[in-house]
Amino acid sequence: MAYTVRRPNLTFWEKLYIPNIIAGLLITLKHLKKMLNGETKVIMQYPEEKWDSQLPEYYRGAPTLVKDDHDRERCVSCQLCEFICPPRAITITPGELTSESKFAKVEKAPKEFLIDMTRCIYCGLCEEVCPEQAIYLRKDYAITGENRAEMVHDKVKLYELGGVMHGLVHKWNPDK
Amino acid sequence: MDFFSTLPLELMAASVAKTLFLVFLVVLPLVSYTVYAERRVSALIQDRLGPNRTGFPTSLLGFQKDLQLFLGGLGQPVADAMKFMLKEEFTPGHVNHFYFWLAPVLAMVPALSTLAVIPFGNFMFGHKMVVADVNVGILYVFAIASIGVYGIVIAGWASNSKYPFLGGIRASSQMISYELSLGLSAVPVLLIIGNLNLSDAIQYQVNNGWLLLPFTDGKLTAREMLLWIPLMISFVVFTISMFAETNRLPFDLPESETELVAGYHTEYSAMKFALFFLGEYAAMIAGSSLIVVLFLGGWHLPLLPINDIESSMTLSGSILGLVHITTFFAKVACILIFFIWVRWTLPRFRFDQLMKLGWLYLFEIALVNIFITAGILAATK
Repeated sequence: MAYTVRRPNLTFWEKLYIPNIIAGLLITLKHLKKMLNGETKVIMQYPEEKWDSQLPEYYRGAPTLVKDDHDRERCVSCQLCEFICPPRAITITPGELTSESKFAKVEKAPKEFLIDMTRCIYCGLCEEVCPEQAIYLRKDYAITGENRAEMVHDKVKLYELGGVMHGLVHKWNPDK
Repeated sequence: MDFFSTLPLELMAASVAKTLFLVFLVVLPLVSYTVYAERRVSALIQDRLGPNRTGFPTSLLGFQKDLQLFLGGLGQPVADAMKFMLKEEFTPGHVNHFYFWLAPVLAMVPALSTLAVIPFGNFMFGHKMVVADVNVGILYVFAIASIGVYGIVIAGWASNSKYPFLGGIRASSQMISYELSLGLSAVPVLLIIGNLNLSDAIQYQVNNGWLLLPFTDGKLTAREMLLWIPLMISFVVFTISMFAETNRLPFDLPESETELVAGYHTEYSAMKFALFFLGEYAAMIAGSSLIVVLFLGGWHLPLLPINDIESSMTLSGSILGLVHITTFFAKVACILIFFIWVRWTLPRFRFDQLMKLGWLYLFEIALVNIFITAGILAATK
């Protein structure tokens, strides 16, 4: 049903509009003056100062692969992250573990794991969907490269960024 | 060729020199630094810092840090220009190629052409500091300035996509609406001066005080007091219409980035986009110059002696001429800062509010104002 919005009754001076424009101009001038006098505190000069140390635990930076306490790959190349990835940034080539590994007949590992960082939207769905807790969004946010090929992170790069993740993870640990 | 052969060579050389000086030494740097001022002032108003660190990129050559050659990011316009030159010039496949390439030119050229009749100084080296001292100066400005809308409309049409198209439509309706009040609000000034020549407009203000500040010649008569009322109204209407003509906020509906992506230049990239950008700012400078010439006494500074043709050949006369030119552009810069200040204060109008303001208020006020001025002039003759 259509309904009528009651408009406020404006006084003559408000209808004239110009006094309010001048009031607005004075407000912006006040801000300009405070800034010029150094009264407004500017928080941070970015490239020199960073707040990396204050990033929260749940910060969603670049997605990485992690190894467990025994230096094993956690990823078993189930490809769930590849399927859920909204911009289709992840490409996994599944592979076997080498025969000398004692888990060779039990688990699998990715032969190649590519994340295209020009596509990644840092949504964190891959981390959420991973049943093995192998993929994590870490705190790197300034991912740069000189060409497109450099922006595709391969397995080596992903483990280098990810490092080792100790113990149980956040979401399955009732104490946290 | 006959016409050109009758001209003295010195006059032609002087015109070319004045044009080069005006365009390359004054207007283009002024445009780039207006863009810088826009970014810096907007940042300060919003409690940010803005671009404050652009220096010479020595780190590209392997040094540890960039060399801070320019104080506080004053190198930013140079860096911006470099960036625009190096960017990919991309033409989408679905556009009308001829008009797509023509539009940026049409946006830039009229803005620069209007500057031809603006007297930006008194005399230097025995020459009047105006490129074309024509007797229809103000008509020329209005005629050429309204061509500026073609660039926007053609860009909107040739882009063959919905947002530029909407921007082009809005630009045409807005420009046509505000052209009326712009022209009509200048009529009281012309009635008082009695001449269309912009140099004469300044000469009148030198003799009788600036139109907006009639006491600058040291005396304030009853007639000037009376004329002050319509001139104030005229100034306000003229300035508001100038905002609309140059597509500045609160009238930037052709561009309105929150509704139309980027309006008429959505499909443009690199230097073609930069031309639209420069054209917009050049139009702002032309508009501000016109405000300064018509209402704020042009290059005239009270209490300062004025040079003439003979004295401008001497050293002191030349210095005086330089002071006049500096005064003019200082006044223009003040108006530009005001433009920027207003832009970062007011929100955008809705389209129907824009049309209502133009047709129902400014147009009528400007029209009635002409009769008031004429009445005062007739009564005090």
